Amino acid sequence: MAVRDEENDMTTAETVIADADLVGAKVRSKAGSRPLDNDFKTIGEVRVNDPRMSCTDVNVFYGDKHAIKHVDLDIAQNQVIAMIGPSGCGKSTFLRCLNRMNDTIDICNVTGEIRLDEVDIYDRKLDVVPLRAQVGMVFQKPNPFPKSIYENIAYGPRIHGLAASRAELDEVVERSLAKAGLWEEVKDRLDQPGTGLSGGQQQRLCIARTIAVDPEVILMDEPCSALDPIATAKVEELIDELRENYTIAIVTHSMQQAARVSQRTAYFHLGHLVEVGDTTQIFTNPRHKLTEDYITGRFG
Amino acid sequence: MALLTLMAFAFYLGRRRSLTVVGGRSGVKNLHSLPAYYGFYTALWAGLPALLVAGLWLSFEGSIITTLVVDGLPAEMRDTDPGRLGLLVNDIKNLASGNIVSAHVDETMQRAADHLNELRSVGRMALGVVVLSIALAAGALAWRAIGPKMRARNRVEFIVNGLLIASSLIAILTTVGIVLSVLFESFRFFHKIPLTDFLFGLEWSPQIALRADQVGASGAFGAVPLFAGTLLVSFIALLVAVPIGLMSAIYLADYAGPKLRSYAKPVLEVLAGVPTVVYGFFAALTLAPAIRNLGESVGLVVSSESALAAGLVMGVMIIPFVSSLSDDVINAVPQSLRDASYALGATRSETIRRVVLPAALPGIMGGVLLAASRAIGETMIVVMAAGLSANLTANPLESVTTVTVQIVTLLVGDQEFDSAKTLAAFALGLLLFVVTLGLNIVALHIVRKYREQYE
Ligand SMILES: Nc1ncnc2c1ncn2[C@@H]1O[C@H](COP(=O)(O)OP(=O)(O)OP(=O)(O)O)[C@@H](O)[C@H]1O
Ligand SMILES: [Mg+2]
Repeated sequence: MAVRDEENDMTTAETVIADADLVGAKVRSKAGSRPLDNDFKTIGEVRVNDPRMSCTDVNVFYGDKHAIKHVDLDIAQNQVIAMIGPSGCGKSTFLRCLNRMNDTIDICNVTGEIRLDEVDIYDRKLDVVPLRAQVGMVFQKPNPFPKSIYENIAYGPRIHGLAASRAELDEVVERSLAKAGLWEEVKDRLDQPGTGLSGGQQQRLCIARTIAVDPEVILMDEPCSALDPIATAKVEELIDELRENYTIAIVTHSMQQAARVSQRTAYFHLGHLVEVGDTTQIFTNPRHKLTEDYITGRFG
Repeated sequence: MALLTLMAFAFYLGRRRSLTVVGGRSGVKNLHSLPAYYGFYTALWAGLPALLVAGLWLSFEGSIITTLVVDGLPAEMRDTDPGRLGLLVNDIKNLASGNIVSAHVDETMQRAADHLNELRSVGRMALGVVVLSIALAAGALAWRAIGPKMRARNRVEFIVNGLLIASSLIAILTTVGIVLSVLFESFRFFHKIPLTDFLFGLEWSPQIALRADQVGASGAFGAVPLFAGTLLVSFIALLVAVPIGLMSAIYLADYAGPKLRSYAKPVLEVLAGVPTVVYGFFAALTLAPAIRNLGESVGLVVSSESALAAGLVMGVMIIPFVSSLSDDVINAVPQSLRDASYALGATRSETIRRVVLPAALPGIMGGVLLAASRAIGETMIVVMAAGLSANLTANPLESVTTVTVQIVTLLVGDQEFDSAKTLAAFALGLLLFVVTLGLNIVALHIVRKYREQYE
């Protein structure tokens, strides 16, 4: 019932907000009123030269609901890619496909191909456990374990057996906290509960926890939405530093944040990947009407 | 019955009047409260005072009538001692209601009985009249008072509030009353037997106290063996219930699909609904002999009533307490913590072992303590399966006895009410109460703490 209503609403919204740019040849024609249809082709270059991850024709269904529609996208090495779009367009869903977190949702079904360094991560034979160690995830709300700061960081390395001795573990903990810019603030109270930190510190703790298992790709789903501007600035700074060693995909609702931290931006709309391109290009010269409307604040 | 009709009628009238005074439906917004509240207001006024009077009347009617009847008796019959008089009155009452009487029926008695009947019917009539007229009068007063300014809603809520308070007071006062009575009887017991003997005595043999020359023989009322027995049985029960309950809770919360869960959980909870007597004879008739045979086949001496049998069955009984509460707290562990763990590449069992269980542990502890207090207070199973002999032993194959069993045996049968033996039951009850109350408080405290943590 509720789902159906929502769908109807969206269709109407779509119809109203015109799309006239299916082929991508004619830029910014304001005429026409067709919704994006199934063989819509993304505008901009979805492929890159040295992809870390590469998605081809990815579809996601929640039961009957088609949440991600035929998305092709590469995620480049040592780059930050920002995913933006109106609420409910499928950003989180797409992000969760990249480390198979959608497996934890019973009704969720993913088709298509997603490769991480040439390995198909939806291959039946693939074990998700090492995959998730390679593709880490930071969530919207800071969610430290109700354990000490030290144990929060040590959790991952422990379960993956990354540290042979206590000394090594100590080192991993220190290194991860240092990379997340938290070491100076917490080094004297590693045995205190992680839940006792401030929101911004908690989020950096979660990032440190993700770094501790030494992933190749880090997925972040609105990592700053629960933080104040100062904490946000710190996390953004951190993302910029992490780019040197990691590949990062970040979902955000803040245009400024996307513009500040990312090199590439992908705009999603109702399950479609509408446009993707260099962040500067997307924000200064969007090619699709929907993208333009969104980033200029006329919609979403 | 008549009163209910009257109240319904009053509701209708009150509602209608509220509408009339403001000039029909369109004037409703001029009323202070919704029309229905005026209806309730009138109905409550019609009902409550009348009910109150009826209640008082009925509780005093009996004694007043008896006094009247006694006054009506000839003087020489009245001047006997109270006991005989009581008997006589009883006879008269029996006669009046047409039952068999013990004494010979003579003229005066017959007359007294008739008198009684007469009084009773008059009483009934009067009651009816009084109650109905009170209802009518009060209802009419309330009805007249209705006007647009009257704050009927507030008054109705006030009365309802009062009713609710009264009900909860009854529950609380009953509890307090029970505790006080147990407390007083226990004091009387501790007059006869010193508290220290009771708490620290190692021997329990209340039978000795029955013999006249040894009343209050010291050392016979040591509660230690009983508590040891209780603890042994409860411990065995927890040994069964905690692992099984916890694991089934984990399975239900994290592994089972929603469909299986919706069937399995109620089924598991049925265990809690089985009457304990049924568990009791299962333990006594099926399990205990089986254990004994098993024990003998490997050369162990097992008494036919063993702590083991009682403990095992009691464990089964309290499984649902553990599993249901644990399931709740495990479910209350936020999904975000599980996601965080999965996102780090942890498997499901690692996540449960290292994240979910530690986070849920306080809540689980609370559940276990509640189950323990349930086990300690359990009576029927141990009465039937654990035996009566107060052995101070840690061997689960011997028969032991528990506090509850002893209370039952002390009070079963005809006893003098003030012998140390019967009073001991109250002392045991008090001690048991204190222990389980303590456990409950601690458990609830832990559970509450735990809830706060995730709010
Ligand atoms: N667990 C789920 N079960 C069913 N439908 C879901 C589920 N999660 C998401 N959806 C649906 O899939 C669509 C995409 O949701 P998603 O969470 O990916 O949106 P989003 O772009 O992240 O939105 P937001 O910006 O509000 O976080 C929505 O229409 C949503 O209703
Ligand atoms: Mg989202």
